[in-house]
Amino acid sequence: MAEIMTMPKLGFDMAEGTLINWVKKEGEEVKKGDLLAEIETDKATVEVESLYDGTVRKLLVSAGSIVPVNEAIAVIGGADEEIDFDALDTGGAEEETAPTPAETTPTEMVVEKVVETPVAPTQTNGSLPAGVRVSPLARKMAKDNQIDLLRVTGSGPQGRIIKADIKKYIASPPTTTGSGPSLRMPSLAAADLGPIPADVHVPLTRLRQAIGRRMMGSKQEFPHFYVTSDLDMAPVMAMRKEYNGLLADSGEKLSVNDFIVKAAALALRQFPNLNASLAEKEVVQHGHVNIGVAVSVPNGLMTVVSQDADRKNIRQISIEVKEKAARARSGKVQPDDVEGSTFSISNLGMFDVDHFIAIINPPEAAILAVGSAAQMPVVVDGELTVGWRMKATVSVDHRVSDGAEAAQFMQALAGYIENPLSLVL
Amino acid sequence: MAAITVRQAISDAMREEMERDEDVFILGEEVGVWGGTFAVTRGFYDQFGPERVMDTPIAESAIIGAAIGAAMTGLRPIAELMTINFAFSAMDHIVNEAPKLHYMFGGQFKVPMVIRAPGGGGRQLGATHSQTPDAIFAHFPGLKVVAPGTPADHKGLLKAAIRSDDPVLFIEHATLYQWRGEVPDGDYVVPIGKSKVQRPGTDVTLVSYSRGLQLSMQAADELAKQGISAEVVDLRTLRPLDMDPIIESFKKTNRAVVVEEGWKSYGVGSEVVSRIYEEAFDYADAPVKRVAQKEVPLPYNQKLEQLAMPQVADVIQAVKEVL
Repeated sequence: MAEIMTMPKLGFDMAEGTLINWVKKEGEEVKKGDLLAEIETDKATVEVESLYDGTVRKLLVSAGSIVPVNEAIAVIGGADEEIDFDALDTGGAEEETAPTPAETTPTEMVVEKVVETPVAPTQTNGSLPAGVRVSPLARKMAKDNQIDLLRVTGSGPQGRIIKADIKKYIASPPTTTGSGPSLRMPSLAAADLGPIPADVHVPLTRLRQAIGRRMMGSKQEFPHFYVTSDLDMAPVMAMRKEYNGLLADSGEKLSVNDFIVKAAALALRQFPNLNASLAEKEVVQHGHVNIGVAVSVPNGLMTVVSQDADRKNIRQISIEVKEKAARARSGKVQPDDVEGSTFSISNLGMFDVDHFIAIINPPEAAILAVGSAAQMPVVVDGELTVGWRMKATVSVDHRVSDGAEAAQFMQALAGYIENPLSLVL
Repeated sequence: MAAITVRQAISDAMREEMERDEDVFILGEEVGVWGGTFAVTRGFYDQFGPERVMDTPIAESAIIGAAIGAAMTGLRPIAELMTINFAFSAMDHIVNEAPKLHYMFGGQFKVPMVIRAPGGGGRQLGATHSQTPDAIFAHFPGLKVVAPGTPADHKGLLKAAIRSDDPVLFIEHATLYQWRGEVPDGDYVVPIGKSKVQRPGTDVTLVSYSRGLQLSMQAADELAKQGISAEVVDLRTLRPLDMDPIIESFKKTNRAVVVEEGWKSYGVGSEVVSRIYEEAFDYADAPVKRVAQKEVPLPYNQKLEQLAMPQVADVIQAVKEVL
């Protein structure tokens, strides 16, 4: 009996994926669980395993194709089975809106763990907020020109965006660079620095586009505020040294960030309002404390998730984050690795930064930006001495929380960091 | 090329066809000795005699029934209905017999007949004699429905209708007979089923036919003075409907108003607008509007009648609403 493999839905917002590479060829035998193809989604490169035993009878899409979710990609059947390919039901793109679990389970290798969080109102051209009017022509022009309709002002009846508005936008997109005072440049005419390199045009990868969409949505729609604290890191540095001595034989090594993940998870237990998402008329305070850790990957950034970090010990967190980060860097993450975070941490400590502020990762309500832990002169009991300090800044959605609560959260965080024994109780 | 009236154009078309083909003949109420209610067949009785210009009793079903029989047996009748309102008395023959005989007899019979019928309001003839029921007839496959606007198209399309081997309902408008315009000399024939751009423009597409065409052309003149360039597309034939020039125009202007004299609900405009959305949705920059008759039986009172009928000002207003 011929079976159809479809483009799996690997994330709640995945609408299509790029089939990068066929691992199996037509005519090749395949076992259930064998690697069939590699697919690139907005977030990652994912391996697709065969759901069936048999022979790859037909590959329906070529490598490099962009395929909508649930659309057929391959037919697997008996080696000699007569298959009427035309008669097979290879459609199914219609099912892309909310397929029932019964329909999706057999066609998906990886069943997505959807954390029950309402999706933050980030918009793309396809789904505009209620009340935004766009003529069909303007909508098409915006799509063709990759214009975000939320940035276009409508001049038609009831503010409808019409052709003229798109044309105007294309002619002179709103720009943020003002005309500042001109700088007098010293002449470089004498120096021969060689020809000026040509402009390099780097196409946006899907990941780059996804980051752009999400961050723009967050920064435009979430009113951010920031609270920075200076944390005494001496106790953590000492404890870490001790632990790493114990772990030396196993080759494991705890990072400062592992301690921060644990400390943040425990602090969030006390401040559930920062472990939350804003729904339409309510704040959903999540039961799980899933800490996303920002990981730098080629061409972008991904957030790997330590699930229920408040219930794990630091070593478990360390192993989990390292494994998932390694998969993220090699482009092989699974949906579980990157989905479902309820709070995120971005740590640039390894780059010797004093401090920085981060953009909230929607639909979360807050994110912690961590700078470097460094030795510096400090005053203790009126005496100048050498201490370890680290600056951390929490960015919070002001619709959900206020400065006082964020400051108290930072105090609680400091309490754990500065008394790290409390992290292992 | 001479400038002649619509009345003259229709008259010329029939005379030329009757001179060309002796199978062509006319039957109807007062078409012979009297010369036609709208004086279209004046002089025909003397020129062609009582056998080819036949006065009939006041019995529309008999007129159309006789014409169908004559057509099935080889003649080419032109049946005149005094007004299209009287077509309802012959409805079974018009929509249930003439368009279906060729089909139901497996092609053994042809029905090469023309039904000429003036319609429309504006002449204080009351609710039952002033209607524009064009859409009803255009609903039936098998019946060609032609409704020209200009004198040239009246002549060219009537000649094509007479030469057609299918039944053709040729709808005239009682207030257009005096419309004067250039008509090419000689044997001028316009193919059935071709819409036409009657006036080029760039800002908005006016789609219309018959008396609505006249309104649209006048509105386009007025709009031009205000700096708005309207393209006017004339349907000319309601069935088969040729959407190509309309879609082409709409892709250019992205805005359209459909102008008709009949009632808006279930009307010709409804069909045109649907087709625009089906075939050119991505080109719409504003909702397509319809200008049509108010949904009442047409009043006798002159002022009320004019209020109920679409006017040039209504077309201009609708254009401004879609711009």
